[in-house]
Amino acid sequence: MPKITLTVNGKTHTHEVEGRLLLVHYLRDTLGLTGTHVGCDTSSCGACTIHLDGKAIKSCSLLAAQADGSSITTIEGLAPEGELHPLQEGFKEEHGLQCGFCTPGMIMCAADLLSHNPDPSEQEIREGLEGNICRCTGYHNIVRAIQYAAQKSAVAV
Amino acid sequence: MSNKFIGKSVKRVEDKRFITGKGRYTDDIVLPGMTYAYILRSPYAHARIRSIDYSAAEAMQGVVTIMTGEEVGHYGVPCGWQVNFKNGDIMKEPPHPLLVKDKVRHVGDAVAMVVAETRELAQDAAEAIIIDYEVLPAVTDASKAVLPGAPLVHDDVPNNICFDWEIGNPKAEVDEAMESAHHITSLDFVNQRLSPNAMEPRSYIGQYDNVYDKYTLYTSTQNPHLIRLLMCAFVLGLPEHKVRVVGPDVGGGFGSKIYHYTEEALVTLASKKIGRPVKWTETRSEAFQTDAHGRDHVTHAEMGFDAQGNIVGLRIKTFANLGAYLSTFGTAVPTYLHGTLLQGLYTTPKIHLDMTCVFTHTTAVDAYRGAGRPEATFLLERLVDLAALEMGVDPAELRLKNFIPAFDGVTQPGYQTNVALQYDSGNYHSVLEKGLEMLGYENFRKEQAEAAKTNKILGVGFSTYIEACGIAPSAVVGSLGARAGLYEVGQVRVQPTGKISVFTGAHSHGQGHETTFAQVVADRLGIPMEDVDIIHGDSDTVAFGMGTYGSRSLAVGGSAIVKSLDKIIEKGAKIAAHKLECSADDIEFKDGKFTVKGTDKSLSFGDIALTAYVPHVYPANLEPGLDFSSFYDPTNFTYPFGCHIAVVEIDKETGFTRVKRFIAVDDVGNVINPMIVDGQIHGGLAQGIGQALFEGVEFDENGQITNGSYMDYTMPRADDLPMFELDRQVTPCPHNPLGVKGAGEAGCIGSTPAVVNAVIDALWSAGHKVKDVRMPMTPERVWKAMQPA
Repeated sequence: MPKITLTVNGKTHTHEVEGRLLLVHYLRDTLGLTGTHVGCDTSSCGACTIHLDGKAIKSCSLLAAQADGSSITTIEGLAPEGELHPLQEGFKEEHGLQCGFCTPGMIMCAADLLSHNPDPSEQEIREGLEGNICRCTGYHNIVRAIQYAAQKSAVAV
Repeated sequence: MSNKFIGKSVKRVEDKRFITGKGRYTDDIVLPGMTYAYILRSPYAHARIRSIDYSAAEAMQGVVTIMTGEEVGHYGVPCGWQVNFKNGDIMKEPPHPLLVKDKVRHVGDAVAMVVAETRELAQDAAEAIIIDYEVLPAVTDASKAVLPGAPLVHDDVPNNICFDWEIGNPKAEVDEAMESAHHITSLDFVNQRLSPNAMEPRSYIGQYDNVYDKYTLYTSTQNPHLIRLLMCAFVLGLPEHKVRVVGPDVGGGFGSKIYHYTEEALVTLASKKIGRPVKWTETRSEAFQTDAHGRDHVTHAEMGFDAQGNIVGLRIKTFANLGAYLSTFGTAVPTYLHGTLLQGLYTTPKIHLDMTCVFTHTTAVDAYRGAGRPEATFLLERLVDLAALEMGVDPAELRLKNFIPAFDGVTQPGYQTNVALQYDSGNYHSVLEKGLEMLGYENFRKEQAEAAKTNKILGVGFSTYIEACGIAPSAVVGSLGARAGLYEVGQVRVQPTGKISVFTGAHSHGQGHETTFAQVVADRLGIPMEDVDIIHGDSDTVAFGMGTYGSRSLAVGGSAIVKSLDKIIEKGAKIAAHKLECSADDIEFKDGKFTVKGTDKSLSFGDIALTAYVPHVYPANLEPGLDFSSFYDPTNFTYPFGCHIAVVEIDKETGFTRVKRFIAVDDVGNVINPMIVDGQIHGGLAQGIGQALFEGVEFDENGQITNGSYMDYTMPRADDLPMFELDRQVTPCPHNPLGVKGAGEAGCIGSTPAVVNAVIDALWSAGHKVKDVRMPMTPERVWKAMQPA
């Protein structure tokens, strides 16, 4: 079995993993980071979105072995314990979530979007979320949550 | 009473755990010694099982046990609603076994369950099971399944008919009204099958504790108690007090997680058999095959008008597809949740629905957001809009002419329909008028005329809906065939320090009960919201409740909580009167204080709570404690209504349809949290628009789902939808203490026909006088509608 060493939310882990183990299952089952969700089996829903070396990826579309040597951030590590990232705050303030299942993936995807485009238009936000499905909100308040975070971050800068 | 929280957009208290990744859904739960189940399913829609050989699989590393129909096929899940044939015969109710041993009846039918040390090993072993199938012909279309010679789903159900059914005025009276009509608009259409697609796949954990002889089932359900009752009393024969059912955080339901699914009983049985916890979580592909679907009606409908444009009659023939097996409420959806809504908002004097409910070789069909009511709204609103086009009158004017006049249900009686229901209160003209104002109707028609000359044509579609929700008065539904009551329980436990634990039988899976219910409790008791905790989803802590569906949680569950709050205040007044040495009648409770009327002598709510639990100075004839439980059984359904308006733009060259604007004016009665209600409407609109433009489960001639994944089934995504334009009217419900009507399904009920009507309107504006474009209205279908016949 391949042995991998990677950093997740600032902490280094070394594990022997089955070759076929998906990264998402490594995060959920081996590390117990269950904030990253599995909503489909075709890499279509985005519920498992995390950051790998600073870029948003769908953790169901990568083997754990492929993540060897990488640095990963999951929803649990987006903000220091006890604090909220502007996007987390935005989702709460603008009612950008209902059942919460797609939310971690949405937030991780949006964080990547804002890192490239700190002041996106409504259309750019909608296109940026194209890989993530939400069944509850109709996306209306998710768009507003991301606008909230963009504004808040702009003020902070 | 205080007025700090009710009516305010209080931010949700449940959000923190979800935005930080700390939500606890069933698949997140890991128990010591956990094993994992994989279910081997039929790849065929209809086949006889000649043999199953699992000897090789059983010998594989990590396999704990394998179960088949031989072992558990005598257990089956029940249907919760009995509907009778027109002639009074009882509906056909074939068994739905936990695992099939003789004949599979839809793709995904469960044949064997492997339990192993890991999910992967269970799947590996399942692949080593050899099943010899004799493949048989299948039928998936309800209107074809009833034809002579169609393959039978159940050998003892002739013509695949579960039952036929009718509602409304006598057929002859409706025929007579239609014969006298000046104009008849008729339409043949399919209200296509949808997959609910809650984002969390179904997940169950069975756990058996041999020390206490007790079972625990963790389940992604909308109604834990209902699952316990069904599984204990009707499936496994387990004593109810020895079974705990927990519905932890649940990632959306939309109806699909109401029902008692076979896998819930399977993991329960397996956990006892092996003495270890068993977890099963479906894949999305399995969800497409096994989560109950919604809709699937094939309909011929006619609406008759007199020369002045008044509706004189409505006549409908529908075949409703129930799938291969009866799901928990599958029989109620096309009947009592559909036929009873065919009055709509109109004064239609004569209505008749002839319904045939049919088995096919497909996934079971049951309630999906709206459940029968979207189908009723679709039928009515398509007919009215099409009639306006055919008669050359304005679709808004035609509606206003035929609407039921406003009534408040208090000084004026409720409105008795021709299809059994009595509407509680309504003011229908004003929601449409408000919608027209938001649209800027006159300007729109000018823009549309201009656009008709270009390649980007415009259309507007209206939909004015009513629904029956706040489900439901037990005696009424009992007389209609429900095998359960539909009340709700609400327990309010005041702790000695004045903090409040509320136990509700309703279950939140996105609706925000932990916030909305706490707003109600905090205001009624005049205390901070932080002092209130809403507890739900655990049959061991919450008294028997009925769960969440049919937009019922606040109207029914909230009312039960209010009843308990009233009892607490009444008892608190007695305690206060004793301590303040006055009569209980002289005590008034306001802003969290029990005060002797006309004086400044008062005791806080916290003082009274402590006294109730430390009863040293206490009324002689009063029990200590401050803890009340109440059951609330509503006296009627509630009837939200509204007006939805879609504006679409169609690219004539590609047929691509874009929703440019979507306006919704909804009246859901009183509103506790406007932010949450708006969110419910938004989500419903997206699902309704999804049906119109994107979604639909498709089968091939062998009964295979050809779009059973997110690669193929088009879910609405962020860039498919506009920002929604919402407004609200408030007509309080006259028969529940909060005056609320329910908001969960409204968006989904009204929106679909608005979009279809808008597309048809656009096509007519460009000279393409088609009656219908089949949903989902893909670019191909819309483009074809614009080509010369």
